[in-house]
Order: sequence, then structure tokens, then C-alpha cells
Amino acid sequence: MVVQPLPLDEPPPVAGRSLWQDAWIRLRRNRAAVASMVVLVLLALVGIFGPALWPHPYNRVYPQFVRVPASLEAYPRADTILPAFERELRRTRLDAGPPVLEGSEITVEVRADEAIDPRVLRYFERSDLFSNPRLDLAEDGRSGTIAVDVQRLHFFFGTDAIGRDLVARIMIGVRISLAIGILASFMALVLGVTYGAVSGYLGGRVDNVMMRIVDILYSLPFIFFVILMVVFFGRSLVIIFIAIGFTEWLDMARIVRGQTLSLKRQEFVQAAEALGATRLGILTRHIIPNTLGPVVVFVTLLVPKAILLESLLSFLGLGVQDPLTSLGLLISEGAANMRGALWLLIWPALTLTLILFALNFLGDGLRDSLDPKDR
Amino acid sequence: MEPGMEAVLKVRGLRVEFETNDGRVEAVKGIDLDVMPGETVAIVGESGSGKSQTTMAIMGLLASNGKASGSALYRGREMLGLPDRALNGIRGEKITMIFQEPMTSLDPLYRIGAQLAEPLRFHRGLSKAAARPRIVELLRLVGIPEPERRIDAYPHELSGGQRQRVMIAMALACDPDVLIADEPTTALDVTVQAQILELLASLQQRLGMAIVFITHDLGIVQRFADRVYVMRRGEVVESGPTAALFARPEHPYTRMLLAAEPEGTKPAPPADAKELMAGDDVKVIFRIGGGLFSAAHEIRAVDGVSVHLREGQTIGIVGESGSGKSTLGRALLRLLPSEGRIAYLGRPLDPDPAAMRPLRSELQLVFQDPFGSLSPRMTIGRIITEGLLIHRPGLSARERDRLAGEALAEVGLEPAMRNRYPHEFSGGQRQRIAIARAMILKPRVIVLDEPTSALDRSVQKQVVELLRELQARHGLSYLFISHDLAVVRAVSDYIIVMKSGRIVEEGPTEAIFDRPQQAYTRTLMAAALDTKRFREAAE
Repeated sequence: MVVQPLPLDEPPPVAGRSLWQDAWIRLRRNRAAVASMVVLVLLALVGIFGPALWPHPYNRVYPQFVRVPASLEAYPRADTILPAFERELRRTRLDAGPPVLEGSEITVEVRADEAIDPRVLRYFERSDLFSNPRLDLAEDGRSGTIAVDVQRLHFFFGTDAIGRDLVARIMIGVRISLAIGILASFMALVLGVTYGAVSGYLGGRVDNVMMRIVDILYSLPFIFFVILMVVFFGRSLVIIFIAIGFTEWLDMARIVRGQTLSLKRQEFVQAAEALGATRLGILTRHIIPNTLGPVVVFVTLLVPKAILLESLLSFLGLGVQDPLTSLGLLISEGAANMRGALWLLIWPALTLTLILFALNFLGDGLRDSLDPKDR
Repeated sequence: MEPGMEAVLKVRGLRVEFETNDGRVEAVKGIDLDVMPGETVAIVGESGSGKSQTTMAIMGLLASNGKASGSALYRGREMLGLPDRALNGIRGEKITMIFQEPMTSLDPLYRIGAQLAEPLRFHRGLSKAAARPRIVELLRLVGIPEPERRIDAYPHELSGGQRQRVMIAMALACDPDVLIADEPTTALDVTVQAQILELLASLQQRLGMAIVFITHDLGIVQRFADRVYVMRRGEVVESGPTAALFARPEHPYTRMLLAAEPEGTKPAPPADAKELMAGDDVKVIFRIGGGLFSAAHEIRAVDGVSVHLREGQTIGIVGESGSGKSTLGRALLRLLPSEGRIAYLGRPLDPDPAAMRPLRSELQLVFQDPFGSLSPRMTIGRIITEGLLIHRPGLSARERDRLAGEALAEVGLEPAMRNRYPHEFSGGQRQRIAIARAMILKPRVIVLDEPTSALDRSVQKQVVELLRELQARHGLSYLFISHDLAVVRAVSDYIIVMKSGRIVEEGPTEAIFDRPQQAYTRTLMAAALDTKRFREAAE
């Protein structure tokens, strides 16, 4: 049989696309995950730049506005400004027309039988409410206009028990909570991936010893561990990063070890061994990159866990210190003031919920998009 | 096909489409297919030809992103688009399937009796107790020894061949009209393959059902099928009675498939060629278990084997799975702890990995599975140049890149492909990449561990050609491990037959194939269905 050589056809090459690009395409199709990413980026921007741009510093106390409820209207309210203004006006003993409130300025026509002494303005200067009083006198000096500025402040989420703006507090809380979540997860990531990959790849007795150490650390009660660290090193943000990171890497180490155990049986690892690659080379070039799929997913679940742990610590009074705050601390304060000032609980709790939802949706989306079976 | 007879399964204009990220993919492009009662029909094609998807569509088993259109009639009843509940009245009872992988198609947690009872209870409404005698009968039918005892065995207690027999018994439970066998023997050893095929043929004679054989193995087709459909890229390119089609293939693709068996022989190297590698009395012993209280259990994977590889020689090592041939290959490269003396160029090889490292560039290994041996997260360029990173650390990135391009060109791939990832390549291309990775280090000895087993026949042929070409150009020596006698015969000049870790027979290729001395060797050859040559050899 004579056989014509048939053009041998490999399937037409697919346009070049890495696993990660593929995952990204699938992730982009997941609306919840994309929305979560947008929310998280916005919250991170708010946490980073918000406190600097917001008119109220997070640690500024407004003694006259203690526990004012959340409102879109400015403080002080119009119905409290005018009576206060009239009270001061009566002290000047001038004949006054009706005061007019326009924006942040109050003007009033005044008249007197004698020349008006500009010192009447002192009454207004003494008040907390008013600033920059001005007197425009007519030529005879017996009539004129008094104008004062009223500082109108907005407390959209209200103020806390000692009169600090809750929006500013939440912004700084978002900053601290996200930082703790991300840094602690990063620490867990580095420690856990290294430890797990080394333990799983070396195997045998080394693996046994390394994993028993993990088991022992598992059995340490977390709160006890944190109290111990706080007692030894004092309360600081760094200690909290370390405490959370140090307890969370255990899960990560287990996951990575399991992955490594199955990966090291794969032929591409054996191929690298046959090429003469060193153990370090195999770990960094072959094992760790291939564990990243599940690891990335686990990290997105770890971040909310770290935030919640920090909230727990702050709730117990082991977390960050005043005037710095975190979402957990804000919620704990809110819970204490729940009866009279519900807004102190609601707004921080909503923010935390938003972050956790976004992270969980993103984690779900990443898991689905990185799963090759989902193709 | 006799006119006037009503087809039991009649497929018209069947299309299967998949929605993927790269858009719509047509796996099957409108094919017609008839299965008469009691006949054996083979659907032949290479991977990706749509032969499996055809039957999956008929059975309503497509993946969730797949969509079937057209018509598939079972005794005049439309099966496509039927709701699952109605479909279950046909599939599993009247049309049944057996799959390629007997290891994974049985649930490891249930006794085989319980699994066999399932179709009987579901379709026939039998109670557990009532099903039992029927199950014993079925197990006896498919040739399982001691069926009364085996009925309570778990899948892991059975061998691969026995598991496939259980799967066949399950498919026969309700006296089907059509049995669809999707590559039923591909995962099995050649001798077991032959037994399973004989079993299917005899069952068909006794029970009179039609069999649809999906396979890429033309040997099976020629021996068992009445009619053949040749599929390529989702289309039936040729169909007809087996004998006629094999005698006068019309479509060039069919002709190519028939000619795809590796051909040619390899002459022995000159008698004075120097000995590169020598293993004397090599033993690999695995110790399994052995805790505090129990003694370790020993498995002698390789038990006193001697191999002498000369320059330019190709030694073929054949044997069934578990014969220790792969273990031997790895032990010779000191990738496994072993006993016995192993020398390279007359100097003994040090078992210490650090001492072995400089020699690794001259002793290379190519694996069976081109999907598993390339790291999915690295570009082809990085995969190929990894060896350079280790053995020639002084090279600049640009120099490495140039060498990667050269190595790709040498194995017949486009150098521009080096920035792509392994999953974008077909099986044959991946095996070329794996060969390029070994070649870039200019090795002298390459251990090829089943390098063609995972590939389609036509691709196998290309890879074999490539290996031959490289050997001629660079004077390489190969240790060619395979269970595929056709390929081994084409590439090697010396053959070692292994069984249970020991050498059964060895000698020059022609001598082994023409005058096998041992019974085991003869069984292997008889079982290797690959047609004409072995029949000639047997005559």
C-alpha cells in the first residue's frame, strides 16, 4: 500500500494565555467578585487617604457635640442657633430686628439710643457657637448690622461618647483593620507556605517533626497566647500583627504541605530531579508556584479571619489603643452605648459587614476561577 | 448490514457543541450512525476526533456546557432532549456503557455486590436478596473466579482486569440491546486486554447484543468489529464493513491511520562501540509499612538485573505494568536508592545526589505522561532552559533564550512558541518539548520511560522518527522502556523482557521477535494485537 504523506495536523494553536489570564477572564465574568473588588479598593483608598482629607481629625473632641445622632443636617441645628443668638443679643441691650440665618452667617439689624459700643461683640466672642463677630455701624453710630459666623459642622454618622466624629473614626478603623488583615495574612502566607512546602517536600522524619510542632502550636489557646505576648511586650499594633499572623500560619502550612505531598509525586518534579536541580530550586521553581492557586484562595479567606480576630482582641481590650481605633473597637464601644446611641453600633458594624462580604465573595470568585475543573 | 433490518440505534445529523471561554467549539459536526441488532460497530479516531462525545451525547452524559442536536433513535424512540427520568428507562437498562478507567469507575466504598445490585434494583425492582443469585450468575458469566466469595469483595481487592470484568457484568445486568465500550482495554496490560476482548466477543455471541466499540486501536477493530466508522475532527470520514475498509481504504486519513504503525528496524551498533553504562545485579527494594510493632514488608521491584548499554545502542525494555521496568530505568540514573553496581564510562556512580549532579546533564530522562512532566505554571522557554540554569549557570539570559530556540527547532517546533504555556500544546507537541528539555544539555544517554504510550498512533510515529533522527545526529544511546511491542521493535536493537522485577529473556531484537524462547515472551507477543507483523512472526 502506497501512502501519501498527509499533512500532519496538530490542532491549530490557541492564542497564548496563561493560567492566570484564564482565571482573570473567568473572574471578570463573576459580577459579585468584580463588585467586591471595587468595594475593597474604594474602602482601602478611604482608609489610606480619607483621614487626611476629611474635615474632622479622628482624635478631635467636640465637647459641645457629645453623642449627637447621625444626620445629614449640619450642627449646630438651626433651631438651636437662633435661640442661642437671641440670648446673646439680649445681653447687648440693643434694639434688634429679627436675626437672619443664611448659610453659616447670622446677621441682625441693631439700633440704640446712644452710639453703639463695638465691645458688645464680646458677648458673641465668648460663646462656643459663634466666631468672627463683625459690626457695621451707620454714620451716626446708632444703628448698624451685627454679623457673626456660625461654625456649621456635619456629623454624618454622629459623634461618639466624648464627641469625636464617627466618620473619621470609621475611616481610621478601616485603615487599621485592613492593615491588620492584610499584614497578618501576609505573615501567615510567608511563614505557612515556606514551612509547609519544606516539610512536605523533605518528607519522612523531618516532615514528622515539623508537623508535630504545628500540632503543638495548634493546641495553644489563642487568647492565652495573645495575653502572654501583650504582657511581655506591651500593647502595640505590631504585637497584634505578630500574634494573629503567628496563629494563622498553621492552617496555611497544613494546606501547602498537603499540596506539596501530591505535587512532589508529579512527573515534572521528578523531571527536575533528573535534570539535577537542587532541592531549593525545585521548591522555588516547581512546588511553590504550583501551590499558589489554593493558597491565593485561602488568603482571601484569611484576611476576614484576621480582621475578626483583631475585633475580638479589641473587644476584649487587648487590641489597639485610643485614640487609634479599629472597627472591632468601634463596635465594642457602640455595643456599650447601644441604648442611647444606636448609630455608634450600626455604622461600624455595617462597614465591617461590607468588608467581610466583599472578601468572601472575592474569595469564592477566585476559588471558582482558579479551579481548572470549572473550565 | 443487511437491508430491511431495523437498526436498534439510529443516529442522524448528530451535532455536539461546547460553550467555552474561547467561544463555541463543535466537537461533533453532524454525523450519521447505525447499529444493527447483534453486530459490533467500531468508532475509530484519534484523541479529539469526537468519538467519545458522540456516545456521551446519545446517553445524555454531556458536560454541562455541552449541547447536542440532531436525532438519536433507540428502536424508533428519540433519545436526545429526553428528560433524565425518561432517559433512565433506556440508559443503564437497554443501552449500557463501560468506560476506560476501571480503577475509577467503581466506588471504592461499596462492595462490588452492592454496586452490581444497583441496576437490578433500579430497573427491575428486585430486592437485595433477590438480586444476589443473579449477581453471582453475572460474575460467573464474566469469568470472575469464586463469584460467591468475590461478591462481597471491595474494588481494591480486585485487579484491573477483574474490575473491568465487574464493570462489564454491571453493564450486562439488565440484558442490554446495545453495549457501548469506550476504550475498554486502553488502561490494561496487553495480556489482560486480550482476555477482556475475548470475553466481550464470547458474551456477544451468547447474549446477542450489539456492541459499539470506541477505540483508537486498529488491531482491536480488525479483530472484532463488523463495521467501522472512522472519525476525524467531529466528522465521519469513512465507514463500511471492516474487511473492505482495511483492504481498500479510500480516505487519506484512514490510509494514514493504517500506516501509522511505527516501521523500520534499528541496526545494532558496531561491535567495538564502547560501553557507556553498566548495571550489574541491580536491586531495588521498597520497604512498606513497618511501624513500631510490625516488621517492614519488602517489595523487590527490581531483583538482580544487569544491563550493559553501548554507545549508539538502543535497549528496549518490555514488560507489563508492575514488572519493574520503570523502576529499573530510574535506578540506573540513581534517582532511586538501589543495590548493585552501576557504572558510567567505567566509573561507578555515586549514590549521593550532590556528587551525581554534574553527571545529570549527560544522563537524561523523558517521561511517559507529557501532561504531567511539564510544570503548568512555567513557559516552555523556562522549562527547557531549566537544565542550563543548573549545569551552565554562567550563561546570560539572552544566550539561554537562543539555545531554547535552537532546541525547539531541533525537535521540530516553532522557536517562537517558547513564551507559551504547556496547556496550549497537544500531547505530541508536549512530548517534543520534554525531549527538547533533555536534548538541550547534550546528553549521551537518555532513558525514555514509555515516551509514546500516551500518544495517538500517528503522533507516536512522528515521535519515534524524531528520536531516531536525534540518535543518528548526536550518537545518543537510549534505554527505551515500553509495553508497546510495535514501538519497541521499531526503535531498539536489543531487547530485555522483564517480569516481576527479573529478566525473563534478552537478546537482539530480531532474535527475540522471531524466536521467542520463553512462554511469557510468546504470550506478550500473541497478546499484542498489532496485527500483521505478529501474525507473520507467529506463523
